Amino acid sequence: MHLAAALHKDVLLQWRGRAQVVAIFVFGATSLLLFSFAIGPDSAALRQHAAGFIWLALLLSSTLTLADSFHSEMEERALEGLLLLPVSPGALYYGKALANWAQLSFLGICLVPVMVVLYDAFTTRFLGLVGIILLGSAGLSAPGTLYAAMTSQARAKQTLLPLLLFPIVVPVLLASVKATSLLILGDPMGQIRSWALLLVSFDLICWSLSGLLFGRVVED
Amino acid sequence: MADAKAPPVERGAPAIAYALAGLGALLLLWGSYWGLMLAPKEAYMGDVQRIMYIHVPTAWNAMLALTFAFGCALAFLLRGDWKWDARLEAAMEVGVTLSLLLCMQGSIWAKPTWGVWWDWDPRLTTTAVMVFAFSGILALRRFVDDPVKRAVWSSVAAIVAYVDVPIVYFSVKWWNSLHQMQSTPQTVSSAFHWPLRINAFGILFLMFGLISLRARLATLRLQSELGPPSPKPVAQYVPAGATGDTR
Repeated sequence: MHLAAALHKDVLLQWRGRAQVVAIFVFGATSLLLFSFAIGPDSAALRQHAAGFIWLALLLSSTLTLADSFHSEMEERALEGLLLLPVSPGALYYGKALANWAQLSFLGICLVPVMVVLYDAFTTRFLGLVGIILLGSAGLSAPGTLYAAMTSQARAKQTLLPLLLFPIVVPVLLASVKATSLLILGDPMGQIRSWALLLVSFDLICWSLSGLLFGRVVED
Repeated sequence: MADAKAPPVERGAPAIAYALAGLGALLLLWGSYWGLMLAPKEAYMGDVQRIMYIHVPTAWNAMLALTFAFGCALAFLLRGDWKWDARLEAAMEVGVTLSLLLCMQGSIWAKPTWGVWWDWDPRLTTTAVMVFAFSGILALRRFVDDPVKRAVWSSVAAIVAYVDVPIVYFSVKWWNSLHQMQSTPQTVSSAFHWPLRINAFGILFLMFGLISLRARLATLRLQSELGPPSPKPVAQYVPAGATGDTR
């Protein structure tokens, strides 16, 4: 019940700030365009690196999404007001993390057509790709929401969030890139399942651990 | 919830810490001399292998320092005692320094052996990720002024980073693997045992000496932050020229 109310608040906030989501999508698409210049006009090489580039674009965009997600809570000490309500900090965390997950997944799915057009990286296994985007975004949003709660209250927040988040999400990046690459380039050895399993394990550990620790981050 | 009182600084602490660090440095010199001068040359790698006498003990102790940091983070969150925050800061700094040294020694060994400075093998990549993750937490500590928030946040971040280490290791292992077998006294010839063990204890003592000294510094800073403000004359808070007659 509390979780549903917290999620409703965060989804409503995101809906009201949808111009920001569009701007972040444009940022991600621009990153995809720029990455292609690092490879050159070799279409085979571009196709081979497409999976890496879309996940790097999503990772870079995620820092903007996550940093922005606590913006309204920091205004006029709204977070303190929320903590005074008879709601567990866990519900506040999961509401925010689920809303961030939804936004990042939406962003990832919107970046797929850009990747297909720019890198000729088409796949017929669209449902599989959506599944990997959902799992990968969940892996970014769980630790990202926890760190965003800390860095939004610190100095140099723009620098600190990626500094803390990027090393932690190395397994997410690795597994998502490998799985996406196998979907685009073909998977004769049937390896996608093990990468998806790695993503599921990371998500389970991060979602439970971050939910446990979030209370300490906002209460003290 | 953390107690708003800083722990006292023990009077005898620096003497023991200096003695530990000194003993560690002496052992390190002795072990390195043995490894460089007295131990036999390795059959395949030749003299290049001698870096093992410093590289392997550094790896063991870097892991130990970061495990100790994880323990300190848990202890602070559970007990709320400030001494664990001071120890966390010290252990993370020493652990990051040792991990950085580990990467550098590995590169020096890899160039003549593998022909490259860097390789994306699981242990190398995991160590690099650990350096960046814990450096990020040290940076976080510099950018938070409130000592309570600083202590809690860095403990939380240290726990997440430490739990992440095995997942990073396995993900990179699946991704690519080339590193040679781990070196322990069981996997190396008995002629190489002593310098390896002496250096391991040398770095261990040096590490705990340095952690103890650094924790003492952190405690002194906590005392100045958490202690009652020292009474200062009011004139000190009035900007220069503000009290003068401006007519």
